[in-house]
Amino acid sequence: MTIRFVLMVNKQGQTRLAQYYEYLTLEERRALEGEIVRKCLARTEQQCSFVEHRNYKVVYRRYASLFFLVGVDNDENELAILEFIHLLVETMDRHFGNVCELDIMFHLEKAHFMLEEMVMNGCIVETSKSNILTPIQLMEKSS
Amino acid sequence: MGSQGGFGQSKEFLDLIKSIGESRSKSEEDRIVLSEIETLRRRLSDPDIPKRKIKEYIVRLVYVEMLGHDASFGHIYAVKMTHDDNLLSKRTGYLAVTLFLNEDHDLIILIVNTIQKDLRSDNYLVVCAALTAVCRLINEETIPAVLPQVVELLGHPKEAVRKKAIMALHRFYQKSPGTVSHLVSNFRKKLCDNDPGVMGATLCPLFDLITTDVNSYKDLVISFVSILKQVAERRLPKTYDYHQMPAPFIQIKLLKILALLGSGDKQASEKMYTVVGDVFRKCDTTSNIGNAVLYECICCVSCIYPNTKLLEAAAESIAKFLKSDSHNLKYMGIDALGRLIKTSPDIAEQHQLAVIDCLEDPDDTLKRKTFELLYKMTKSSNVEVIVDRMIDYMISINDNHYKTEIASRCVELAEQFAPSNQWFIQTMNRVFEHAGDLVNIKVAHNLMRLIAEGFGEDDETADSQLRSSAVESYLRIMSEPKLPSVFLQVICWVLGEYGTADGKYSASYISGRLCDVAEAYSSDETVKAYAITALMKLHAFEMAAGRKIDMLPECQCLIEELSASHSTDLQQRAYELQSLVSLDRRAVESVMPADASCEDIEVDKELSFLDKHIQGAIEKGAQPYIPESERSGSLNISNLSIRDQPEVSTHSLRFEAYELPKPVAQPKPSIPQASSTELVPVPEPSYSRESTYAVPVPTVSSSVSGSTELKLRLDGVQKKWGKPTYGSSSTPDMPSQKSENGLSRNDDSSISMSRPQSSLDYRKPSVEITPEKQRLAASLFGASSKTERRTTSTHKAVRSTGQVAEKTQVAKPVDPPIAKATPVQPPPDLLDLGEPISTSSAPEVDPFKQLECLLDQSESASASSHTADNSSKLPDIMSLYSGMPTSGQTSGAVGPISVNGDHLVSPSEVGVIATPAGTSGPVQFSKGPNLKDALNKDARVRQMGVTPTSQNPNLFKDLLG
Repeated sequence: MTIRFVLMVNKQGQTRLAQYYEYLTLEERRALEGEIVRKCLARTEQQCSFVEHRNYKVVYRRYASLFFLVGVDNDENELAILEFIHLLVETMDRHFGNVCELDIMFHLEKAHFMLEEMVMNGCIVETSKSNILTPIQLMEKSS
Repeated sequence: MGSQGGFGQSKEFLDLIKSIGESRSKSEEDRIVLSEIETLRRRLSDPDIPKRKIKEYIVRLVYVEMLGHDASFGHIYAVKMTHDDNLLSKRTGYLAVTLFLNEDHDLIILIVNTIQKDLRSDNYLVVCAALTAVCRLINEETIPAVLPQVVELLGHPKEAVRKKAIMALHRFYQKSPGTVSHLVSNFRKKLCDNDPGVMGATLCPLFDLITTDVNSYKDLVISFVSILKQVAERRLPKTYDYHQMPAPFIQIKLLKILALLGSGDKQASEKMYTVVGDVFRKCDTTSNIGNAVLYECICCVSCIYPNTKLLEAAAESIAKFLKSDSHNLKYMGIDALGRLIKTSPDIAEQHQLAVIDCLEDPDDTLKRKTFELLYKMTKSSNVEVIVDRMIDYMISINDNHYKTEIASRCVELAEQFAPSNQWFIQTMNRVFEHAGDLVNIKVAHNLMRLIAEGFGEDDETADSQLRSSAVESYLRIMSEPKLPSVFLQVICWVLGEYGTADGKYSASYISGRLCDVAEAYSSDETVKAYAITALMKLHAFEMAAGRKIDMLPECQCLIEELSASHSTDLQQRAYELQSLVSLDRRAVESVMPADASCEDIEVDKELSFLDKHIQGAIEKGAQPYIPESERSGSLNISNLSIRDQPEVSTHSLRFEAYELPKPVAQPKPSIPQASSTELVPVPEPSYSRESTYAVPVPTVSSSVSGSTELKLRLDGVQKKWGKPTYGSSSTPDMPSQKSENGLSRNDDSSISMSRPQSSLDYRKPSVEITPEKQRLAASLFGASSKTERRTTSTHKAVRSTGQVAEKTQVAKPVDPPIAKATPVQPPPDLLDLGEPISTSSAPEVDPFKQLECLLDQSESASASSHTADNSSKLPDIMSLYSGMPTSGQTSGAVGPISVNGDHLVSPSEVGVIATPAGTSGPVQFSKGPNLKDALNKDARVRQMGVTPTSQNPNLFKDLLG
């Protein structure tokens, strides 16, 4: 297990997408999101994009108003995770076209599907954009 | 483009999203969600929900839970939706279930059947959806229900299915390795799958397998090496390229696996050297992803059997990371340094100033990472500086989790490398003072023991000096408010034991202070117990020395208070003190000998010294002792009570406690004759707390009961002080080690002998480094010979650091790592790209300056230009806007810049701009035409009533814009 969770949270600290790869109760999720978001939002742009939190690290990246936060194990390659976030955004961008926060809100399930294609069991399994998007596009066509 | 088909959602849904998107506070959001819950409850309870609506309701439920509210009332509908024929609904159903439920939830059983059916579907997308669900919802018990089907799917013609089947198997392995142990060979087979996606996925389970059992997979080294080689040579499909790196995520995973396989295995490592070297060379050091792969190479190199060439390459890359302006790269550099330091300990020295910069950086993440590095490179020559810094940092942070960690690290380092006991005690004092409640109680016991044992040699004066200084410091610290309990215990113990030892302080002064502590921390029973025992010792020592001591009124108060305490332990101690003062000098001396905390207490378990006494008693007609095993239960009780008060009937109430410790039962029969019964202490089973030295038995003829006390106490003694505990901790050798420290740490000093010269060489070139920094650097890294000397005579410390500073100031012509704006040498194979022509791109930026307000700031945060500041800023903006819809007319300009940009622009951006110019054109070119898309979308949303100008304009901002 390398990735513990993927979160998208906006500048106001509102959750836009949350996927946990280990089960947490609703309360635990709420508390964790609050703590992490507070920590990350307080950081300046010059500081590095990694924050240690309890026994794991959070790698975060900001796109416009939206923060992407990924919780990883302590011996994970942080830079790679940072680029994984970017790959996710690029993939969403290819699908939605100029993706914005609202796209994710209106198509929450699709954003989840993309993540499902990319990450399984907390591991990055697919990084080819076309492989990620093909099933989703086929699914859209069929329904 | 996928959103072209319109939103296709109901007005209600759009309104919900709109209001959530525009809500300004958590409470507002909560209100919206609560009313949404009511709506959904109503809608879902409708017996015939239109089919097309149900999916939307489920997504709304997902929202409810995502925003932190319970939506369990709707979980069953999500479960139901997994039966849906419509693929999109089905997958949404599965998704919702994975988000709502954990695998042990009762409802899961309802899904297993559906999953089984879907795994057999002809539509591979349905199979994929089911396999995705398998990974999230199948628990140990349900594995057998789907296992055969999953295994079968490993041979599915569709690569997407094979990939997911592998991951499902991986999941089973994670959940319960036993159930799939016979299937592990499948992972090996799938490594050779034709599809790179399947191969890439297979690396995940293989990584786990290899982590647990390296040796069974050594044969795969060749396969992994050849795969990595092919990946690096761009043999994989272009779609795996990311920012011009060929399948970087697969490369990283492979490097991780190689690191495991090559660790400590020369033969295996030798097979890897070439390919790792290739990857090293091919990494694009100007992009984040290139650096990520580079970092993984360094990790790999530091794990496998050392290879000089690769180590050099790694060191070079680390140097680049550390010199970078980007905090992210610095962080990676520090981390990599910490990894490499194990194999090449000298490497840290070259980067001493960079390391110190990171240590002093306001960025907490970077600071922590640097402390981790320092922790790894601590040795006896720099332990003082490092631990000092660590403690300062520990004091400054609030996060208890990390505070605990760093406190225990301080203790660990101090115990391991302490140059002198004096220093050790001072250090421990600081740790206790600021994080006392977070450190293990054992540490406190070690400290007390150290003070008691002193140097472990026959150097009495040094020992007493040590103790005097400890007493001195504790008397000072005591007045601080709110000290941690553990620390107070140490203080009380030391004051009781050694407070008056050097005659500097009077017993009544120390008593006063102890009473103050007991009063100030009146809610802490342990502290009070320590305090009153310390008082008892003070009195005993005074009396033994033949001095008259008057009980202070506050002490009297304390005794009165404690003898009425709820805690029997405190009562006990109070009574003991009270009776001790009424004893004569000789008795006190034997009951409470001075400075005897380290004496071994020998216990005569046979109690042979009582033989005569028993003999006499039996001759006088007493009943002989019957061993417990020969007595029946009821007899036992009567026997016991008869011993104490023979006249009391066995059935009446007993007021004294039952004797717990069994061995004690033996001598009891003789006690009635021993002394006045009222003074016979209640046998205290709880007496294990702090009782090393004290033998505070208030009986006059203490030889008998005194020895039983000894016996009792020994339990406590052994727990804390006995040999077994010493043996396990690392401290015991410290006292003996300290005086000959330089010698005892041969390995370190031998390394450091060779060091001073090189470190000085390095320091020569420094120009603009502040003296403090130099001094710090010297004490951390080089100058080991000086610090080595310092350990032998501690008070020279100040002077020797002074020397270091002088020297460094003398020799400082050129500026090393922190030298500003030294352009990073691009690796030779990238040379043909030429030096970035930053100036040429600068003017082109101006048209976009107006867009600056929209600039995504986080992007510039990660900007890590290796060039001079002014030139890096501008292209950055460029890069951000080149992708904007408005930049239609700039698309011409984008091309050239992106080529230069490779060197200039933040690595992450490079991809975005560079790709249109480069390989995967179609994708990014959509950005241009997308202007229309964006406008369309915008218009559509406006129609629905969400406008960019309304409360949350950010919703419309292009994430990649």
